Amino acid sequence: MDAAEKISVEDEAVDKKIFKDCSKIAFYRRQKQRLSKKSTYRALLDSVTEGKESTRFQIINEAAKVPLLAEVYGIEGNIFRLKINEEAPLKPRYEVPDVLTSKPSTVRLISCSGDTGSLVLANGKGDLKCHITANPFKIDLVSEEEVVMSINSLGQLYFEQLQIPPKQSRATKENEEDTSDDTTQENQEELGLWEEKFRNFVDVKDNGPASIGLDFSLHGFEHVYGIPQHAESHQLKNTSDGDAYRLYNLDVYGYKIHDKMGIYGSVPYLLAHKLGRTLGIFWLNASETLVEINTEPAVKYALTQMGPVAAKEKGRSQTDVHWMSESGIIDVFLLTGPTPSDVFKQYSYLTGTQAMPPLFSLGYHQCRWNYKDEHDVKAVDAGFDEHDIPYDVMWLDIEHTEGKRYFTWDKKRFPNPKRMQELLRSKKRKLVVISDPHIKIDPDYLVYAKAKEQGFFVRNHEGGDFEGVCWPGLSSYLDFTSPKVREWYSSLFAFSVYQGSTDILYIWNDMNEPSVFRGPELTMQKNAIHHGNWEHRELHNIYGFYQQMATAEGLIQRSKGKERPFVLTRSFFAGSQKYGAVWTGDNTAEWSYLKISIPMLLTLSVTGISFCGADVGGFIGNPEAELLVRWYQAGAYQPFFRGHATKNTKRREPWLFGEEHTRLIQEAIRERYALLPYWYSLFYSAHVASQPVMRPLWVEFPDELETFSVEDEYMLGSALLVHPVTEPKATVVDVFLPGSSEVWYDSKTFAHWEGACTVKIPVALDTIPVFQRGGSVVPIKTTIGRSTGCMTDSPYGLWVALSTKGSAVGEFYLDDGHSFQYLHQKQFLHRKFSFTSGVLINSCADKRGHYPSKCVVEQILVLGLKKHPSSVTSHSPDGKLDGFWITAQFLT
Amino acid sequence: MLLVLLLLPMCWAVEVKRPRGVSLTNHHFYDESKPFTCLDGSASVPFDQVNDDYCDCKDGSDEPGTAACPNGSFHCTNTGYKPLYISSRWVNDGVCDCCDGTDEYNSGIVCENTCKEKGRKERETLQQMAEVTREGFRLKKILIEDWKRAREEKQKKLTELQAGKKSLEDQVELLRTLKEEAEKPEKEAKDQHRKLWEEQLAASKAQREQELATSAFQELDDDMDGAVSVAELQTHPELDTDGDGALSEGEAQTLLGGDTQTDAASFSDRIWAAIRDKYRSEVLPTDLPSPSAPALTEPKEEQPLGPSQPAEEEDEEEEETEEEEGGEEGEDEDSQETPPPVVPPQTVSPTEEDKMPPYDEQTQAFINAAQEARNKFEEAERSLKDVEESIRNLEQEISFDFGPNGEFAYLYSQCYELTTNEYVYRLCPFKLVSQKPKLGGSPTSLGTWGSWAGPDHDKFSAMKYEQGTGCWQGPNRSTTVRLLCGKETVVTSTTEPSRCEYLMELMTPAACPEPPPEPPASGNRDEL
Repeated sequence: MDAAEKISVEDEAVDKKIFKDCSKIAFYRRQKQRLSKKSTYRALLDSVTEGKESTRFQIINEAAKVPLLAEVYGIEGNIFRLKINEEAPLKPRYEVPDVLTSKPSTVRLISCSGDTGSLVLANGKGDLKCHITANPFKIDLVSEEEVVMSINSLGQLYFEQLQIPPKQSRATKENEEDTSDDTTQENQEELGLWEEKFRNFVDVKDNGPASIGLDFSLHGFEHVYGIPQHAESHQLKNTSDGDAYRLYNLDVYGYKIHDKMGIYGSVPYLLAHKLGRTLGIFWLNASETLVEINTEPAVKYALTQMGPVAAKEKGRSQTDVHWMSESGIIDVFLLTGPTPSDVFKQYSYLTGTQAMPPLFSLGYHQCRWNYKDEHDVKAVDAGFDEHDIPYDVMWLDIEHTEGKRYFTWDKKRFPNPKRMQELLRSKKRKLVVISDPHIKIDPDYLVYAKAKEQGFFVRNHEGGDFEGVCWPGLSSYLDFTSPKVREWYSSLFAFSVYQGSTDILYIWNDMNEPSVFRGPELTMQKNAIHHGNWEHRELHNIYGFYQQMATAEGLIQRSKGKERPFVLTRSFFAGSQKYGAVWTGDNTAEWSYLKISIPMLLTLSVTGISFCGADVGGFIGNPEAELLVRWYQAGAYQPFFRGHATKNTKRREPWLFGEEHTRLIQEAIRERYALLPYWYSLFYSAHVASQPVMRPLWVEFPDELETFSVEDEYMLGSALLVHPVTEPKATVVDVFLPGSSEVWYDSKTFAHWEGACTVKIPVALDTIPVFQRGGSVVPIKTTIGRSTGCMTDSPYGLWVALSTKGSAVGEFYLDDGHSFQYLHQKQFLHRKFSFTSGVLINSCADKRGHYPSKCVVEQILVLGLKKHPSSVTSHSPDGKLDGFWITAQFLT
Repeated sequence: MLLVLLLLPMCWAVEVKRPRGVSLTNHHFYDESKPFTCLDGSASVPFDQVNDDYCDCKDGSDEPGTAACPNGSFHCTNTGYKPLYISSRWVNDGVCDCCDGTDEYNSGIVCENTCKEKGRKERETLQQMAEVTREGFRLKKILIEDWKRAREEKQKKLTELQAGKKSLEDQVELLRTLKEEAEKPEKEAKDQHRKLWEEQLAASKAQREQELATSAFQELDDDMDGAVSVAELQTHPELDTDGDGALSEGEAQTLLGGDTQTDAASFSDRIWAAIRDKYRSEVLPTDLPSPSAPALTEPKEEQPLGPSQPAEEEDEEEEETEEEEGGEEGEDEDSQETPPPVVPPQTVSPTEEDKMPPYDEQTQAFINAAQEARNKFEEAERSLKDVEESIRNLEQEISFDFGPNGEFAYLYSQCYELTTNEYVYRLCPFKLVSQKPKLGGSPTSLGTWGSWAGPDHDKFSAMKYEQGTGCWQGPNRSTTVRLLCGKETVVTSTTEPSRCEYLMELMTPAACPEPPPEPPASGNRDEL
């Protein structure tokens, strides 16, 4: 029996005792305790120097006396960057590398001194200003004379400067006066300065306390979003009554929902939205981070003297956001919008856009822990054809390897992986296999031996290789933060190195929080040592990001730079969108988890990660047929669409729940495949124009207050509104159709409604409530093949839904679906459709692109024509349409 | 309002002489001289709209040779192999579905015609299968005959047993009466014997008491005046009645029944009984017999030990609790070594005279006779039970559903094993399935016989074994055994398609269907 069986974290419902709440986090306690003793910072504005890129000045805390250095940068695209660091730290503090796509171009800020004791920095146009007040130190962000955000207005700036450890400092104490008053023994325990205990674990901190914190007041804002990943609502909740949102990547099997604990990934980026303005705060820090949110609504209810009658008191709403991190520096980007679309562009300017996925990866993925052997794979693959259900990718979990040694195959179960891949290839399907960051300690395992020899593993506090327990038993963990390790890891994916791999094999990175079964909070000790001698605590949240980066690079390299990679990762950080897809980890087969998948994915989507999904059916447990059907229906309209189940669940391939349910699942998956041209075009828009694929309603309707908190429905692009059924035995759903000037069409019945109303939609088990927005054109495929590859040449259709004014626009993007030629050789087609005054025009949206296609548009559906057309004709500028003939059919 | 437009290049129209994708049987529906009527009759279209890559018919029948209809069927002739219908959506999708390659005529890929090769292989397989089926079916007929005979024999045996059972029952009744008759004198003699003994015992006890009283009187009568006075009694302070540790004059007088003294006779009659428990002999403190006389130890009869069962369990629980609380004091009461302090020491062990004397010859003879009657009766009763058991088993086997003709009966008392990398699987048909680690360890039940589990039209193609060992946090293990036609009886595979739900395949001649009357001709046949 192997070690993993014995360890087995599976089936333990999440035991919250394993994980910390805020009260168990020492830097949180320290900041809370010390901030209550108000000692404010003051900016020394006479110290201002204007460098080429930034404006610098000192800020000083009256108690600490040692000044900090603040730098303000103006960045292209209406972004400000504020950095605060020690002027001369004992040793350098960690600044997160590799997240910003390139060094952001700075724009010169013009300083116009305000009153004495203040400094104003303005952008070129002068419509955006940073107003810096010296005492107490505060920065106001002013846009068109309106203060939209204040920094440190609550005085929560906190900065623990690096100190000499007490043992050494005692030696020098005679000469110097010890300024710190709280290093007494009993305080040490409480404050966790040099040592922090949790359960059986002791975190020895060689660098001592180094935490930082800062507050941001958002004026007039009541709605904030972002900072994934939490199993929580889309709109962030007030944290004043409970725990702060925690950003600390952890492997939480069957995580609890509606909880603010950290799960697999972290994006320290928050968006705020109000009528007329969207803002972003990107806190670039990879250490453990906590975010407190305090929202004061505009309307306050107060008791009047007349008795217990609530009286409205009009005030100015405000949201205070307090960021705290265990380590590193304060490095924060202020994204000033003003529109949601602008903020998306600003954020992707910094961290990159969504990678353009290969087309197959937008199809349906079939996964299970585990498909046992080649025979099993063959049978499941055949099952899809037998039941005529399209699918694109077969997945293999950890059991495909020889004892969880990644890059190997279990020779008994998978004696001929290439033959198996040839079978999949013959149907134009792909294979994804898992590759985790832990490497089994086994000198005979080549990957281990090489990495060991070259010192590629994370080291422990004592200097040896870090060893922890994971699936294979005792393992070491590759140090992906090192460029050399990444380069080497990438090389392992070369076809000549990875035995049994072919060009239809893609990769899945799991357990990369990293998950360490017997470690504190099931992860790595914070004092483990990485490349450059950095402690794990400095970069914990970015570990998984680096693995996906190296994997994606490996897949690109094996094709000599020609083919787009596909890599799914469980752990992620800001910028992970550049490398592939993300999923929401080990969810549970319950209705509540289906429901929470929507806000969880919306949150990922607005923080740059468009290619995201949740395991269809729920990873843990056995879904009843109705739940499974509803989950397939919801998943078909979510970006990453994969069915997955844990080891001890019953088999749940789509045809195992009776004919009727098989048909319903088949239907849902076919709807996905019909809409693939639209999905692909949306991903192109995410890739080049930074617009999320799955959008919360407030993004599309930023001027409609009612949309700001909606999370049971969403927009797919700007054309489709999706309201998945997430309740058992539902017979009707309340669908909110936004926009007073909008008209909406039911995508199946073509019934239509005016916007700005909630309609009761009757639902049967085969209903997926999807509505097309008037004014849009959606490209579709009219016939569905067995995989995306089999549909390359199948004809297109256009769904034209007219607006109240009788017009519609839409876009369509097409390329070869797999290579980088769209980028390097401009081999793509980007078309624009517009319908006005009864004429549908198909024009070129990007003249740089060329791509030959045999495809035809065989069907055009026009919804919302006021009159029966008397005739239909077609024209082409070059007259080549001779060969077309037209029939028209009118339905009323 | 819905408007459907169709834009199509003319060059796509396919020349139709023999419509592509139409089977031979359906060919006559596609007459190019007439408009085409959809096979479901839903519409009629000009014939040039057949296979024009646009779907006109609801049932897809106007596009048998293109992928235009979502629900159409494409027919491959597959000359040399079997004809096949595929979903018309798979036409020209770049995947060769028909072995003759006719489904990919315009996708740019070239499909090799593999029909001949597939046909050859298929024929070989079919021939092998047919051979197996023939031989298997031959064996099956033998199995059926065997079972017919075996069943008759068993039936015969059953009848015999049933007849035998009747006389056995009579014999049991007879022996029971004899036994009861023999037990009557036995009981009387034993009772008499016991009564005598008990009387003896009582007499000797009374005599002992008398002796004790006399000796106490003598001890108390310090002045040897033949009477015990108040003062003399007061020399024994242990007789204190009010608990102050001394025997006052008044107390002593009360003990003497209000008199100032007492003579030997009335001491022994009246006073001794009141003071005997407290009285301490001046000579030998241990001489006193226990007030609670030693338990009568009887030679034969068994005495139930300790209190009733539930009480005992409670005791145990209490003990455990006490032990958990940390003391070793809570020892079992039966094993207490020191008696309570007030009670005088009682070391009197059962003496010879406490034991019941052996039965006299007469009584012993009665007992022996009764015992013999009991033995005979019990023996007869056992034989009856054995016969009943055999009858039950036979009845069960005879009435068991062994398939339409009892062809599966031969599996009834057999077991078959399959060894895989890790486990040895064992199937005992109609009984159980188990799994045992190859490298030792105890077997795990994968289920006990449940029922035939094939589909309604083919019930005997599968067996279901249920309620095996429970899985950790999961269901009880169960196994479905699929029965396949084979010449031999052998377990060919075991898998676990879903957690704790096993699938086993058993080859058996009993599963062989009747082969077609004539063996297939081995001549050239294009279509199989």
